[in-house]
Amino acid sequence: MTTKLLTALLLGTSILGSAGMAYAQDVTLNIESWRGDDLAIWKDKLIPAFEAKNPGIKVVFAPSAPTEYDAALGAKLAAGSAGDLITCRPFDKSLELFKKGNLADLSALPGMENFSDVAKAAWQTDDGKATFCVPMASVIHGFIYNKDAFDQLGIKVPTTNEEFYAALDKIKADGTYIPMAMGTKDLWEAATMGYQNIGPNYWKGEEGRTALIKGEQKLTDPQWVAPFAELAKWKPYLGDGFEAQTYPDSQNLFTLGRAAIYPAGSWEIALFNTQAQFKMGAFPPPVQKAGDTCYISDHTDIGMGLNAASKNADAAKTFLSWVASPDFATIYANALPGFFSLNNTPVKMEDPLAQEFVSWRDKCKSTIRSTYQILGRGTPNLENETWVESANVINGTVTPEAAAKKLQDGLDSWYKPAK
Amino acid sequence: MAAAPKRPFRWHIGVFLAPAVLVYTAIMILPLAGTLQLSLFRNIDQSQVFVGLANFRTLFGDPNWSVGFWNALRNNVWFFIIHMLVQNPIGVLLAALLSSPRLRFSAFYRTAIFVPTILSFVIVGFAWKLILSPLWGVAPNLMDLVGLKSLFTPWLGKEQYALTTLSLISVWQFVGIPMMLIYAALLSIPDEVIEAAECDGITGMSQFWKIKLPLILPSIGIISILTFVGNFNAFDLIYTAQGALAGPNYSTDILGTFLYRAFFGFQLQIGDPNMGAAIATMMFLIILGGVCVYLFLVQTRLRRYQF
Repeated sequence: MTTKLLTALLLGTSILGSAGMAYAQDVTLNIESWRGDDLAIWKDKLIPAFEAKNPGIKVVFAPSAPTEYDAALGAKLAAGSAGDLITCRPFDKSLELFKKGNLADLSALPGMENFSDVAKAAWQTDDGKATFCVPMASVIHGFIYNKDAFDQLGIKVPTTNEEFYAALDKIKADGTYIPMAMGTKDLWEAATMGYQNIGPNYWKGEEGRTALIKGEQKLTDPQWVAPFAELAKWKPYLGDGFEAQTYPDSQNLFTLGRAAIYPAGSWEIALFNTQAQFKMGAFPPPVQKAGDTCYISDHTDIGMGLNAASKNADAAKTFLSWVASPDFATIYANALPGFFSLNNTPVKMEDPLAQEFVSWRDKCKSTIRSTYQILGRGTPNLENETWVESANVINGTVTPEAAAKKLQDGLDSWYKPAK
Repeated sequence: MAAAPKRPFRWHIGVFLAPAVLVYTAIMILPLAGTLQLSLFRNIDQSQVFVGLANFRTLFGDPNWSVGFWNALRNNVWFFIIHMLVQNPIGVLLAALLSSPRLRFSAFYRTAIFVPTILSFVIVGFAWKLILSPLWGVAPNLMDLVGLKSLFTPWLGKEQYALTTLSLISVWQFVGIPMMLIYAALLSIPDEVIEAAECDGITGMSQFWKIKLPLILPSIGIISILTFVGNFNAFDLIYTAQGALAGPNYSTDILGTFLYRAFFGFQLQIGDPNMGAAIATMMFLIILGGVCVYLFLVQTRLRRYQF
């Protein structure tokens, strides 16, 4: 018995790691990625397009599971068995790899000039001097709505806050549809599709975000509390039992046609196109007053870097320059509607919903999620706390002011802005 | 065995013990020692530096850590209390019913009640999440059928109910274990003891309370300690049902999920193996303490009824 107990004890306290394996060949470039979903696109479209132009270089796309990617990649890099090309997570995860010397400096890579500073920010050192990944795609936040429902109820697409709530009230009064499909169970929906979605209109996008990093603004300032106050108003428009509604529940509620509005990220487009039986449209987060400048969250999500230990660095650089080219952007953005190219050259896309999303780039100012760059380090982690507090605010268990104060206190405990 | 004047060294004992000792050391003792060691170091400028008990001072002194730790510990204690108050009494009750000679289909019941125990946590977590889902779950409809719809709330999404709900799900899954152990203990009570009791006129309920229960107390003790160890190492159910952030608002955060977030990190939070190891060490000490209390204070007093 004691042996068993001890065994149980020790099992519980011991931690096991895992290691992956990979292989490398001379003229072959291996791509490490967490996007297993994209395997077909790489194999059938992207790689043949590249290989046709660059004979002598073979490319293999070798993804691992998203949840294992970071750990597996770390183990492979340590063991020297990682692929030549590494798909980069945005911000600190990749910055860490660069600092450890796992990623090569790509600042001088031909093609880098095709990207704006905001696009490159996710893969630069804090001082912006070195860029270590080629930006591939971003995702844009907004609201996707059920066009049939809007037509049926005679609702115009809202552009201001007032119209937004009027529309929600009308849908609620009619009762056929749940006004908004969102749950707080998985927490991140509330933060990512809620706070980060509508927030940029209040903190004025990049202006507020950079001021926050510089320490000129605080999360307790009115422009940072206001989005929380808006979220608190959403509660009556969510479905019954939204506290236990998960992310897939929300997706299903909307695609089954039971909800009228879905606070979204553009990555949903491909899935919604295949599942929804009704017409869909999209609108950017409503502004406070008609005529206000609109801001959208155009969040850099995927990049690609070069393994510093790669034996085929030259071939890999050729490939990366191609990734930075408009050719790649066109194929990629069309194959994956909702993942928008960050290339300065406009990309022609076929999907109407994706076109709608990307058209906001022209009339609104783009920013990235406020909790990612620099502020996303440290404990307590601002991003994770934002998940928890956004959900609390919508659940009504915490006031917007208290939530903002908690976030700022947590941030103050480790972040000292450079003055 | 008579002591020979010159006893040869008995190599075979060592040889037979070696495989077990080696395997046990390699996969149990070394990792444990490694964890304890890791908790005394800290990563400074990409290298591990010995910092003594600084990680523990952070864990208990820095409110960013200590609030989370005490919250997790409190939740864990509540998780354990629910198991002790619900799982084990029900387990004893089921075992008592099953061991009744008049019960038909007892083998079927025994199996049916035990089956959830062998299910994966992932299945249990997802199945119950679906059952309790306010959108597609059967729970709201079933409650409607008996006119209790008004009592339904999205339990897993409410701070005040989520932890208790998860504890009860865990109870549902594991009630088979105390049942089996008690059942075995009840079967091992000699018939003579029962017959003697009957001769003295002790039957029915009083027979259970006065004769059987005292005889199965050692088993109940073992079950309590297994529950204790299991609960303080629990992680999977919370992780599959509520995610690593153990929402809403950390109300279902237990030591296992707290350790996971610290050690492996979560989303943007980068894992800190040293702080994780410090938490793992605290879990080890808590469990060790609990087991010692049991072994030295409780079990020594339970050795009364042996036959």
